[in-house]
Amino acid sequence: MTLLRTEQISVSFGQQKILENISIRLQQGEIVSLLGVSGAGKTTLFNVVSGLLIPDSGKVYLKDRDVTGKAGQVSYMLQKDLLLPYKTVIDNVSMPLRIRGMKKREARARVQPYFQEFGLEGTEKKYPGQLSGGMKQRAALLRTYLFSDEVALLDEPFSALDTITKSAMHKWYLDIMEQIKLSTLLITHDIDEALLLSDRIYILGLPKGASPGDGGQITQEIRLDNKSERSPEFLLTDQFLTYKRRIIEAIGGIS
Amino acid sequence: MKKLQNTTSNTISKIAAPAVAVALILLLWHWLSTSGVMPEFMMPSPGKVLKAFREDFPILCRHGATTLQEAFLGLFIGIGLSFVIATLMDACRPLMNGIYPLLIVSQTIPSIAIAPLLLLWFGYGMFPKVVLIVLTTFFPITIGLIEGFASVDRDGLNLMRAMGAGPVKRYLYIKLPSALGYFFSGLKISVTYSVVGAVISEWLGGTEGLGVYMTRVRKSFSYDRMFAVIFFIAAVSLLLMLLVTIIKWLIMPWERKNHKHA
Repeated sequence: MTLLRTEQISVSFGQQKILENISIRLQQGEIVSLLGVSGAGKTTLFNVVSGLLIPDSGKVYLKDRDVTGKAGQVSYMLQKDLLLPYKTVIDNVSMPLRIRGMKKREARARVQPYFQEFGLEGTEKKYPGQLSGGMKQRAALLRTYLFSDEVALLDEPFSALDTITKSAMHKWYLDIMEQIKLSTLLITHDIDEALLLSDRIYILGLPKGASPGDGGQITQEIRLDNKSERSPEFLLTDQFLTYKRRIIEAIGGIS
Repeated sequence: MKKLQNTTSNTISKIAAPAVAVALILLLWHWLSTSGVMPEFMMPSPGKVLKAFREDFPILCRHGATTLQEAFLGLFIGIGLSFVIATLMDACRPLMNGIYPLLIVSQTIPSIAIAPLLLLWFGYGMFPKVVLIVLTTFFPITIGLIEGFASVDRDGLNLMRAMGAGPVKRYLYIKLPSALGYFFSGLKISVTYSVVGAVISEWLGGTEGLGVYMTRVRKSFSYDRMFAVIFFIAAVSLLLMLLVTIIKWLIMPWERKNHKHA
């Protein structure tokens, strides 16, 4: 079932086109990456999908319902964890429920069981500043999930972490996704990350022969088959290298 | 081990250095007033001031209560007003552009200059004094709050918006708590301004208060008592600053817990 789709999204800021005719879709339970160089318009597309930005043309549909320009429909997580430093981890995580008007005590009770599932047990009463980078991103993902268990938009969620933490987080992320089956649209500029985590990859970039004023387009869609065997070891296989070569070519890295 | 030694010697120098400085000043003062360089009635020695302080302590407390009453009333009104004005200014750009320069210019007017006018307009009661205190305490807090509101992470606000939070919830969950640290920085200044403002307005008229008492002892040439009042005011201001620090410590627990990795 198609959960989320965009139809012919175009955005420009003044004369500068940012996005041109972006049509993507996300199936139930899928993890789809948007891969592209910096400045390709990935985050702009997320702002449109999350309803923060109204596109010049085009529509966003969530389960066939037009949600263009409507905030609060899909959950959103950024590179920065954006945990509020003045709230404990449990109050940060329960923020989406509080925004919907739930009482503090009830919200805490509701989110408590997830702490173990997300590997966050014992951090409930701590403040975000007391957590490591990886734990903060776990908490941020839990908050995202508690806002909506339907669709999550993750904007480079692991890119601020060091390599070793990042690798551990990838493993954790694959495990947790097995359990919660959160349909996810993931922005990344890390090819390895995209290949490791996703079922499909959209390459967002400028088409060949484009001029500087043109906006980003979807130049290629790559489907990855063996999702079930995905683990960090996948990064060492020949198949991985074949995919990686294809993506680098698509981005225009090998001439 | 070396680091530990360093911190210990740091602590010692932090306590010892100011103690030595104070002792030197006291010695100089004592020498000036007893050696005849300054006439003793004009510059009473530290010992005499201490004696006056002890003798006058009950009177100082009584007058201090009046001064504090005015200071607190003015300070609380000032805080309330600051929140209202700063919030409105933050929410409305034209209002910010219109009022901000006025706020800055208003601070170039010395409070001692407008105090007589306030007395002329509102009489010798408590009202003009409170007005003066509101005017002096309002500014540091308002500026602090405006800066605090402006310092909010835009991505954080966007995230709240994406989660469906309206302007009121964005204000309560993001803007207000983010500005708290700035508020306390402003409050620390304002709390001392409030005492100074009260004393200044009492100089010009009134029947009770540290400013009134100060004028009285000055006119009777009891300079040892005047010094005692000055030290009393300084002590009260310091205690109030300490109180603000304690309140901040209590209501901003994350300040002391964050950045300390568990």
